[in-house]
Amino acid sequence: MKTLDFLFQRLLKAILVVLGVVILNFMLIHMAPGDPASVLAGEAGAGDAKYIAQLRAQFGLDQPLYWQLWTYLQGVLTGDLGFSYRNQVPVMTLILERLPATLLLTGCAFVFSLVLGIALGVIAAYKRGSIADSLVMTSALVFYATPLFWIALMAVLVFSLHLDWLPPFDMESIGTGYTGWARAADIAHHLVLPTVTLGLFFTAVYTRLTRASMLEVMALDFVKTARAKGVPKAQVIRRHVLRNAILPVFTFASMQAGQLVGGAVLTETVFAWPGIGRLMFDALLQRDYPVLLGVFLVTAAVVVIVNLIADLMYRFVDPRIEAAN
Amino acid sequence: MVVIDRRSMLTGAAGLILAGTVGAVAQETPVKGGVLNMIAQPEPPILMVGLNTQGPTLYVGGQIYQSLLTYGTDLKPLPSLAKSWVVAEDGLTYTFTLQDNVKWHDGKPFSADDVVFTADKFLRESHPRWRLIATTYVESITSPAPNQVVFKLKKPFSAFLHAFELSSFPIIPKHLYDNGTDYRTNPANQTPIGTGPFKLKEWKRGSYIHLVRNEDYWKPGQPYLDELYFRIIPDSASRAVAFEKGTVDVLRGGDVEGFEVRRLVKLKDVENTTSGWENYAPLVFMEMNQRTMPFSDKNVRKAIMHAIDREFIVKNIFFGLGKVATGPFASTTLYYSSDVPAYPFDMAKAKKLLADAKVNPADYSIRLMPLPYGAAWDRMAEYIKQQIAQLGFKIAITGVDAGGWSQKMSDFDFDLSFNFTYQYGDPALGVARHYLSNNIIKGTPYGNNEHYINPKVDELFNLAAGAVSQDVAAKAYAEAQKIIVDDVALGWLYEMQNVTIYRNKVKNLVKTGIGLNQYMDEVWIAK
Repeated sequence: MKTLDFLFQRLLKAILVVLGVVILNFMLIHMAPGDPASVLAGEAGAGDAKYIAQLRAQFGLDQPLYWQLWTYLQGVLTGDLGFSYRNQVPVMTLILERLPATLLLTGCAFVFSLVLGIALGVIAAYKRGSIADSLVMTSALVFYATPLFWIALMAVLVFSLHLDWLPPFDMESIGTGYTGWARAADIAHHLVLPTVTLGLFFTAVYTRLTRASMLEVMALDFVKTARAKGVPKAQVIRRHVLRNAILPVFTFASMQAGQLVGGAVLTETVFAWPGIGRLMFDALLQRDYPVLLGVFLVTAAVVVIVNLIADLMYRFVDPRIEAAN
Repeated sequence: MVVIDRRSMLTGAAGLILAGTVGAVAQETPVKGGVLNMIAQPEPPILMVGLNTQGPTLYVGGQIYQSLLTYGTDLKPLPSLAKSWVVAEDGLTYTFTLQDNVKWHDGKPFSADDVVFTADKFLRESHPRWRLIATTYVESITSPAPNQVVFKLKKPFSAFLHAFELSSFPIIPKHLYDNGTDYRTNPANQTPIGTGPFKLKEWKRGSYIHLVRNEDYWKPGQPYLDELYFRIIPDSASRAVAFEKGTVDVLRGGDVEGFEVRRLVKLKDVENTTSGWENYAPLVFMEMNQRTMPFSDKNVRKAIMHAIDREFIVKNIFFGLGKVATGPFASTTLYYSSDVPAYPFDMAKAKKLLADAKVNPADYSIRLMPLPYGAAWDRMAEYIKQQIAQLGFKIAITGVDAGGWSQKMSDFDFDLSFNFTYQYGDPALGVARHYLSNNIIKGTPYGNNEHYINPKVDELFNLAAGAVSQDVAAKAYAEAQKIIVDDVALGWLYEMQNVTIYRNKVKNLVKTGIGLNQYMDEVWIAK
């Protein structure tokens, strides 16, 4: 029951957060100079004032801002995210076309960075002071400090252009007509570079975080007691230290969801990955308000949901939280 | 007015004459079959060229839709959906005879009714450039026969025959649009139906656009190619890699950065051409807001011109991809005249001009608003800031994005800004709009935003536009150019040069003055 109450409260908060994000974004976007009508008129090459006014009326931009917001919110509540001024298709269609690619990429990057980061962190802590520790920590520092776009470009140059091991861009081979497992393998092949590129920064973060947290826990008395009682070191690490040390990593991982979408804009650009990050970037340049707001709403919802799941998971990972409640 | 694909073509920027294959015409026999891979950058929002004239839209949409005419590299009109045309002696009646056996991609026959609907309804409502022409000059558009269209004008317009290329006059299927729906939300926009050599097979947004041969194309035996792929590769470095690896066969001007051009043209089995931009002839300039001091003083504008080394800009900032502009007309535009005052780089002269005019630069703070189109443009802004600062002005760069730039220009809220114009072959279409005093209209970024007013120039432009005789037009335009350059109505910087790079197995790629926007029915790939 307690869990249900908790879930209900968190859901309510989540909805309010998403609503707040929508309203805030709506106001921010409209504060920026320029609007879709002037951008479109510019592209048409000769937007006279009459034409721009015609476009504004067509898009509803001639209405007072509060009315535009009210109309938008009404749409959102009925599942209608509006109509893209530029692409001339419903925003929901555009987002649904692109969201799976981003979820696949960010999901893989998330798993990759989390698994590898924790594993390397454990190794570094376990072998503290060894060459392996130095190697892991130096690499982590390098990847933590290196800009994502540079890693991406270097990865393309080395692994695609020179070694020809991996495809440099696209989500799948175009025009091959692959289906089933062949298509899955093709997508997996294309996933390698963007996943690793996007995941390396977070791998570095998890590695450092896990190592620090592990070393802190390893110094506690209960660990010494366990060792004194003759429990093998590997078992102590796995069953006692790691379970206690993992909580900060877990907290950071739940925050990673939002940052991954941010990173995906860059990764999707370099690797021509047909995801939502690039859609958002283009919409921003073109002042395509409905698309921007739609993407913000969906990403906010994803972040909120991930955090909600993380909150629930805490209680399983660390039963003390449930007991404290 | 600026235009078609400002952003994408600017990422690469302009000039350097490379070993050209201008208007490459193959001597061999065309071979049928093959797939041509290209890049659409940025991804077009739609392919309906009647509603969007961005460069990539025209590039892809130009394979699907066609216009009445196209234009040679010498800017002479060539047949397209119109096989012939007659202009009455008084310059008031234009009669076009259409090609035979043309069908829309959905099998419906194409006829003069489609042209009349396009000109009189669709484009009049949705196309700002055509609407201006139609409202000002066109009296009636009729179809006396199923294969004939007649335009009657209210008064002569010397540029009228140049107003029928793809970006200005794409023909729209009447049976899909003349049904009372809002053109912008018509479902047909998502499944474009044209008369062109290729049909849309699939568009995977963010990934590629796939076109296939139109088997019912009106030119027997054409097109030669089976399929066209337009890949979406947002990053410029990745686009260079795509060409290098052979994933794509063609790079359009602006697809890659200027420094990559130099490297890629040297690759094995690769050719390049700077041809194919004659109709657009993009020309870059500074807009100096003449509403207030210091730019309301002609001598200050002249001083600014002398303070800037435009050769330096072309050679060092745009990697040689361009040519210093002498005035408002690009050198490939009709009626271009080089007989205009020159403004060579001369800092001493610039300072003397200011001193003679008793202008104290330290009294003025200038906001310099660059075009937000990438590093080269930022570097040009930095260079010009540095030069103007040397004259003693206080100057600061105010960065904006494309939407912000457009808004500030529309509101005349700038001191000094960059812009560029497409010329569309005839000055009445692409040049006059920046200098006519009746085109000082708030709300648009592409008119006479600098507030240049000279009644004599108005008179000459109007005289030339309404001239039936080419000699009269040429004389008027030559005089107008002299006056405008002497007035420094704008600060002309350079003519952009775009390089098309392609594998040499691709034949007949660039044949006309609209370059890669031309439908590729004669393009073929050597085996």
